[in-house]
Amino acid sequence: MQLITCPWCGPREETEFHYGGAATVPYPADPAALGDDAWARFVFVRPNPKGPATEQWSHAAGCRRWFTAVRDTRTHRFLATVDIQPEVPR
Amino acid sequence: MSRVDGYGWAIDRSRTVSVTVNGRAYTGHPGDTLASVLFAHDVVALGTSVKYRRPRGIAGSWTEDPTGLVQIEEPFPEPMLQATAVEITDGLVARGVNGQGRLAQVPDHARYDRLHTHCDVLVVGAGPAGLLAARDAARAGADVVLVDDRPTPGGALTGTERIEGRPAREFVADTVAELATHPGVTHRQRTTAFGHYDDGFVLALERRTDHLRDAPTTRSRQRVHRIRAARIVIATGAIERPFVFDDDDRPGILLASAARDLLHRHGVLAGHDVVVATTDDSAYAAALDLAGAGARVRVLDARAAVPTTWAARCADAGVPVEAGTTVHGTRGTERITAVVVGDDRAEVPCDLLLVSGGRNPAVHLFSHVGGPLAYDEARGAFVPGGELDGVEVVGAASGAVDPLEEMPPLVLWRTDGDPARQFVDLARDATVADVARAVGAGMTHLEHVKRYTTIGTGHDQGKTSGMLAAGITAELLGRPVAGLGTTTFRPPYTPVAFAALAGRARGELFDPVRTTAIHDRHVRLGAEFEDVGQWRRPRHYPRPGEDMTAAVLRECAAVRGGVGILDGSTLGKIDVQGPDAEVLLDQLYTNLMSTLKVGRVRYGVMCGHDGMVVDDGTVLRLAPDRYLITTTTGNAAAVLDRMEEWIQTEWPGLRVRLTSVTDHWSVFAVVGPRSRAVVGRVFPDVDVSNEAFGFMTWLDTTLDGVPVRLARISFSGELAYEVSVASEYAPALWDRLLAAGAPEGITPYGTETMHVLRAEKGYPIIGQDTDGTVSPHDLGLGWAVSKKKTDFVGKRSFARPANHDAARKQLVSLLPTDATTKLPEGSQIVSFCDAGALPPPPVPMLGHVTSSYHSAELGRPFALALVRAGRERVGEVVHVPVGTTLVPARIGGSVLVDPEGARRDG
Amino acid sequence: MTTTTAPPTPPGAHLPEHPDFLWRNPEPKRAYDVVIVGGGGHGLATAHYLARNHGITNVAVLEKGWLAGGNMARNTTLIRSNYLWDESAGIYEHALKLWEGLEEDLGYPILFSQRGVLNLAHTEQDVRDSVRRVEANRLNGVDAEWLGPDEVAKVCPIVNVSDDIRYPVQGATFQPRAGIAKHDYVAWGFARRADEAGIDLIQHCEVTGFTTDGDRVIGLRTTRGDIACGTVALCAAGHTSVLLDELGIPAPLQSHPLQALVSELLEPVHPTIVMSNAVHVYVSQAHKGELVMGAGIDAPTGYGQRGSFSIIERQMAAAVELFPVFARAHLLRSWAGVVDVTPDASPIIGCTPYDNVVLNCGWGTGGFKATPGLGWCLAHTTAHGEPHPLVAPFGLDRFSTGALVDEHGAAAVAH
Repeated sequence: MQLITCPWCGPREETEFHYGGAATVPYPADPAALGDDAWARFVFVRPNPKGPATEQWSHAAGCRRWFTAVRDTRTHRFLATVDIQPEVPR
Repeated sequence: MSRVDGYGWAIDRSRTVSVTVNGRAYTGHPGDTLASVLFAHDVVALGTSVKYRRPRGIAGSWTEDPTGLVQIEEPFPEPMLQATAVEITDGLVARGVNGQGRLAQVPDHARYDRLHTHCDVLVVGAGPAGLLAARDAARAGADVVLVDDRPTPGGALTGTERIEGRPAREFVADTVAELATHPGVTHRQRTTAFGHYDDGFVLALERRTDHLRDAPTTRSRQRVHRIRAARIVIATGAIERPFVFDDDDRPGILLASAARDLLHRHGVLAGHDVVVATTDDSAYAAALDLAGAGARVRVLDARAAVPTTWAARCADAGVPVEAGTTVHGTRGTERITAVVVGDDRAEVPCDLLLVSGGRNPAVHLFSHVGGPLAYDEARGAFVPGGELDGVEVVGAASGAVDPLEEMPPLVLWRTDGDPARQFVDLARDATVADVARAVGAGMTHLEHVKRYTTIGTGHDQGKTSGMLAAGITAELLGRPVAGLGTTTFRPPYTPVAFAALAGRARGELFDPVRTTAIHDRHVRLGAEFEDVGQWRRPRHYPRPGEDMTAAVLRECAAVRGGVGILDGSTLGKIDVQGPDAEVLLDQLYTNLMSTLKVGRVRYGVMCGHDGMVVDDGTVLRLAPDRYLITTTTGNAAAVLDRMEEWIQTEWPGLRVRLTSVTDHWSVFAVVGPRSRAVVGRVFPDVDVSNEAFGFMTWLDTTLDGVPVRLARISFSGELAYEVSVASEYAPALWDRLLAAGAPEGITPYGTETMHVLRAEKGYPIIGQDTDGTVSPHDLGLGWAVSKKKTDFVGKRSFARPANHDAARKQLVSLLPTDATTKLPEGSQIVSFCDAGALPPPPVPMLGHVTSSYHSAELGRPFALALVRAGRERVGEVVHVPVGTTLVPARIGGSVLVDPEGARRDG
Repeated sequence: MTTTTAPPTPPGAHLPEHPDFLWRNPEPKRAYDVVIVGGGGHGLATAHYLARNHGITNVAVLEKGWLAGGNMARNTTLIRSNYLWDESAGIYEHALKLWEGLEEDLGYPILFSQRGVLNLAHTEQDVRDSVRRVEANRLNGVDAEWLGPDEVAKVCPIVNVSDDIRYPVQGATFQPRAGIAKHDYVAWGFARRADEAGIDLIQHCEVTGFTTDGDRVIGLRTTRGDIACGTVALCAAGHTSVLLDELGIPAPLQSHPLQALVSELLEPVHPTIVMSNAVHVYVSQAHKGELVMGAGIDAPTGYGQRGSFSIIERQMAAAVELFPVFARAHLLRSWAGVVDVTPDASPIIGCTPYDNVVLNCGWGTGGFKATPGLGWCLAHTTAHGEPHPLVAPFGLDRFSTGALVDEHGAAAVAH
C-alpha cells in the first residue's frame, strides 16, 4: 500500500496506478527487418532485474498519464518518477 | 469467589452480567473479560491441549495468551478468540476450544465497513508513552490519531504507578480529557493496529459492538481504519514472556503481569497461595500487589542476587524471597497444586504460579515494513535495530529499560528437567524435546525448527513462544541467537475476521453493476439478463411459457423475417481526434483506416504484438481528423488503455486525443428486412433507401431537435440500422422505435439471438471464438489484414513459423449429421471413430466447438468450431464426444446463411 | 505424557511426526558431476530422481537460504492436472500419477489427500471454457467432470450457489483426483532421500557467478567457495532471471509477488478445493483445519516476498462472497512468494545455449503441483542431455517459433 508520486498529481495510493512493465524496450523501428529470435525478444523478453528497474506506470484511476518510474524490485520502493517527455513522431 | 474489594477500576460493580462458559453460568460485571470472570470464580482450566489433551487454562493477560482459547457460540458463533480479550455481555455463551474452532452454519448479517483517515501523526498504543506522544503532537497543533487495542487507555499501567506527580489513573484521565479538547485529535480504544505498510499506512481494526448490550443493527460490528500518517509513533509496549520448565502448561500458571492486571483492572485475586518465579525485577511488583490483596506469596528469583530495594519491600510485606532459585516442575491436574523448586526439587504447595522470564518489545509494527531488528544479548529480546523514515518507536516497545529496574535480568530460556514435559509453545503442544529432535534431524535454521515443531503457528502467532524457541534452539545448536536467521514479523498482529477485511464489498457491492440507460425497459419486457464484464445485458426476452431456446428461436425468426431491436449500448466507444488519428489507427488495426472516407464505416481487427486477435469492432470516420471506434463490450477499457499507452509511451509526439464515450451514447440496432420501414417512419427527413444511405455508411440527423446518428452496420447479415443518441434521450428514442415498429411486430432481442444471427454468418465473437491463440487468418479475416501497410501491431508475428503451420486451427462451421443434436459449446472434436468408440487416451484432438445454437433459419442446430486445417477439411465428417456418445458432424464453410450477402441491403 | 479424560484429539489438529534424521549439513566439495542451483521442491525432487532413476549421486544442491524456504514454503499446496492443452496435461498428469505413489517412494507421510478440485464458472464464457477443458481432459486421460450448481453444492455444501451473489455460480469442473499435500513434508521427504543417496544439500550457499569455457559452464562461484561442475541444472524459480543474466541468456520471465494466507484451525467445513478465477480466490482446508487461500499475483514485478494488502482485502471479499460461512474465520498469517511468470503461463524447461546447463523455470503459480513430475523429467533431461519427451514442448525456442502453450488465454485457470 505504497504512495506513488504521479508527476502530474502528486502522491496517490498505489491502487490508483497501473503497472506497464519495463520502460526500456521500445517498439522496433523496423520489425520486418528482425529475425524470429530478435522479434521474439521484443515481444516476450523484458528485463527482470533484482534491484532498480526502469518502468512505465500509468495513473489509471487519476489523470491517466503514463510516466516513467525507477523502482527497486527488492524493496518495491520507488526511487524516482518522471514525466515522459514528448518526442517528435517518426 | 476471588473478587477483592478496593480493586478493579475497569469494572462496574453496580451491574451484573451473566455469561455461560463450558455449560456453566457465571456472573461478572461490565468491564470484565471472560478470563477475569473465570478467575473470579476460581476457574482456571478452560479447554484441553491440541495434541496431548492436557488441561489448559489462561496463561496471559491479553492477546499474547497462547492457550486460553474459546469458541463463542452465542450471540453468534465465532471461532478461536482469546478469553483474555473477550469483553463480556449478557447472554454470551462460550466454551474452551479443543484445537479447532467452529464456523457458523449460517451467514453473518452483521455489517463491516472501512474508514479512511489521513493524519499528521498516528500514535499506536495509549500507554503512558503513547499518551505523552499524542499529547505532545496535539499541543503542537498536529492532526493526531491515537489508537489502542484495549477497552480502556493506559496500556500496561495497573493504576499503582505515579506519572507527572499524579496517580497513574489520574494522569491517564487528565491526558485523555486534554486530548479530547484538541479538535485535531481522534482517539479510539478497542482499535488494534494490525498491519503497517509502506509510506505511513496502517490498518487498524475497531471492535464497535460486541461489548455493547444493545448495539443498533445499523452500526457496523467492526471497522477497518485505513490510516495514512505522515509520522507514526509506535508505543505498543512489551510483552512479558515465561521461561520453560517441566509441566509448565498446567492451569494456574500465569504471567506475572497477567495476575497484576486481573487484580487491578478486574478486582480478581488469581490465587491465594502464590509462587512467583522470575528472572527480572518486574515480577516483584506483582508479588507485592497480590500479597497486599491478601495472598500468601513467595518469590523465587533465578538470579544469584536479588534487587535490594525490592527485597526490602518484600520483607516488609512478609513475602519471602529466595535468590538463585527457580522452578523445575509443577504438580496438579486441573489446577496447579505445587511447584518443584530448587536444586533439591522441593515441592512447594500453591494454587498459582506466576512466571516472569523477561519482556519482548512489541516490535511487530516496526518490523512489518522492514524495520531492522537487533538482538539484545543482555535482555534476550529483539529490539528496533535501526531507523525507519517517519517512524518512531517509544516506551517499552523501543527496548527501553523500566526506570524501576534495579538489576539487569537473567536471560533464561528453560530450567533443567525432562525436555518432553517442557512446553515451549502451549498453543501447539510443542516441547523442548521437539526442538531437540528438530536440531538432531539436521535443522540449523530457526524457520526449519518452527516448521518441524509448528512452534509459533498458533493463534497467538508465537508472541511469547517465538523468542523462547529461538533461545532454546540456539542453546541446543551452541550458536548465538542472532545467528539463527533474521526475525521478521508479518501482518496481522492479531487475527482479523475475513468479513472485516471484506468490508462492504459483498453482493451487489462486490463489483459494480453497469446497466444501460433503458435497463428499466428491459426489466419491464421480462428480459433474462447475463453478466458481460460488469455489464448486465438482456440475454433474451422470454414470453410466458417460453424457455430460452424457444424465446431465441422466436427472436431469430422475427429478425430474419421482419424486424428486431437490440440494445447495443454496452459496446465500447472511443472518440479518436487529432491530425494524427489516422496514423494511430493504421498502427493499431490490421487493416487500413487512413483510407476510410468521411461518412463511411469499416470493420477492423486489432492484434497483440504476438499477432493474435485481441479485439474487433467498427470504425466510423467522422471527419478527416476524427474517428469513432467501437470495441467489444468486455474489452472497452483494455482497448482504451492500449491506445493511450501507444500515444503516450511509444509515440508521444502523435497529435491525437482519446475519449471514452461508451456511456455517453446509447445505441440501438434495428435489424431485419422491415427495419427500413421502421427507421424511415421515425426519421421521415432521412432518405433511408439503399442508394442514398448505403451499407457501411453513417449520417447525422435529428429527432425533435435532438442529434441522432444512423449507421448502416450489420452484425446479422440483415438490413440493419444502428441508431445512436446521447444516453439521456435513450429511453425516449427506444420508446419511439418500438412504437414505430409495432405495425411490423418489432421484436426486442437479446445477446443470445445476436450471437445466433452472427454465427449463422460466421462472424466471430472475440473471446468466444478466439482464446488468445487465434490469428485473423485463422478466423478467415485475412481480408481485413492490410498487405499495403509496412507495419502494424502484430504484423511481424504473422511471419513466425508457427503461423504457417498447415495444421493451425481455423474457424469453420460444424453441422451434426443427425441435424438434431446441438453440440455443447466447448466440446472437443476428434477424427478417429472406430465403430463409434474412442481409442484409449490420449486421443488426438482436432479442435473444439466455440459456438453452438439452434438455427430458426436453417431449421437445425449448427456450430462454429476451431479445427486443425479446418478450411481444408470442409466436407469431412468428424466426431464430437457428447456424454457417452460420439456425434458425427460435417465441417463446412463458416457462412451458413446468405453466403452471397444478398440480404444486407434489404 | 499426562493425559486426562479429555475428548479425543480432533482429526488432523496435529500432524505426523517428522523423522529423527533428515539431512547432513556437509561442507561443499570442490567439484560435482551435477550441481543443482536451487534447493526448493524442484531442485530437491530433481536430486532424488537423479539418484533413484539414473544412479547419479555425485550431486550438490545449492540453496542460497534454507532448504525449501522459497516458494515451496509459501505455496497453497494445490495439486491437480486438469490443464487444457495436451502438453500441459502431459506433464501435470505425469506429476499427479507420481504424487499418488510418492508417500511410498519417499517413505514419508506427505499427507497427500485427494479431495478433488472444483473450478467454478460464473459466466457463460466460463462455462464454455470449462466444458472445453473437461472434454480435453477426458480425451487426455485426465479425470474431469462438469457439474451444475446443484452438483457443486453436493460436493462442497458451503459454496454459495444461490443467485444472491454478484456473479452466480453457473457450475464447475471437478477433478476428483486433485488434492493437497503438506509442503514441508514433501520437500523434506525428497531432501532426506537425496541425502541418503549421498547427495550434498548445501544451504546458505548463493551462486554469485559462473565460470564458462566456450559453450560450457565449468564452475560456479558461490558464497561458500568455487565449485566445479559437470552439468548444471537451474531450479531457482523467481530468482532464475538473476542467474540467466549472469549467463547472458535472455528469457521471457517476470518475477512477481504471489500472496497467500491462512486462518486459524477450524473444524472440518470445506471438504474439497475450490478455485474461482472470475471471483478470484482459491481455498482449501488443510490437514490441521486451517483454511489456506490464495488469489492472483501482484501486477508489478518484485523480489520482496511481500505484496499489496489490497490484494488480500479483495480476496477476503471474494471468499466471503463465495463462502458466506467464512465471515468470522480469522486471517491469522499472510505471506508472499516470488513466482516467475512466462508470457504463455507455461514453464520453460530444457536445454540452453550452454551445452551443460539445463533450465527449469517459469512455473508461475503452478510449480508445487508439478514437483515430482518435473523432478522426474528434469533428472532425465540432466542425465541424457536432451529433453524428456514430456518437457520437450516447453523449450525456450517456442517464443521464437510462436508455438506457445498458452494456458491463461484458453482455460482461464491460472493456478
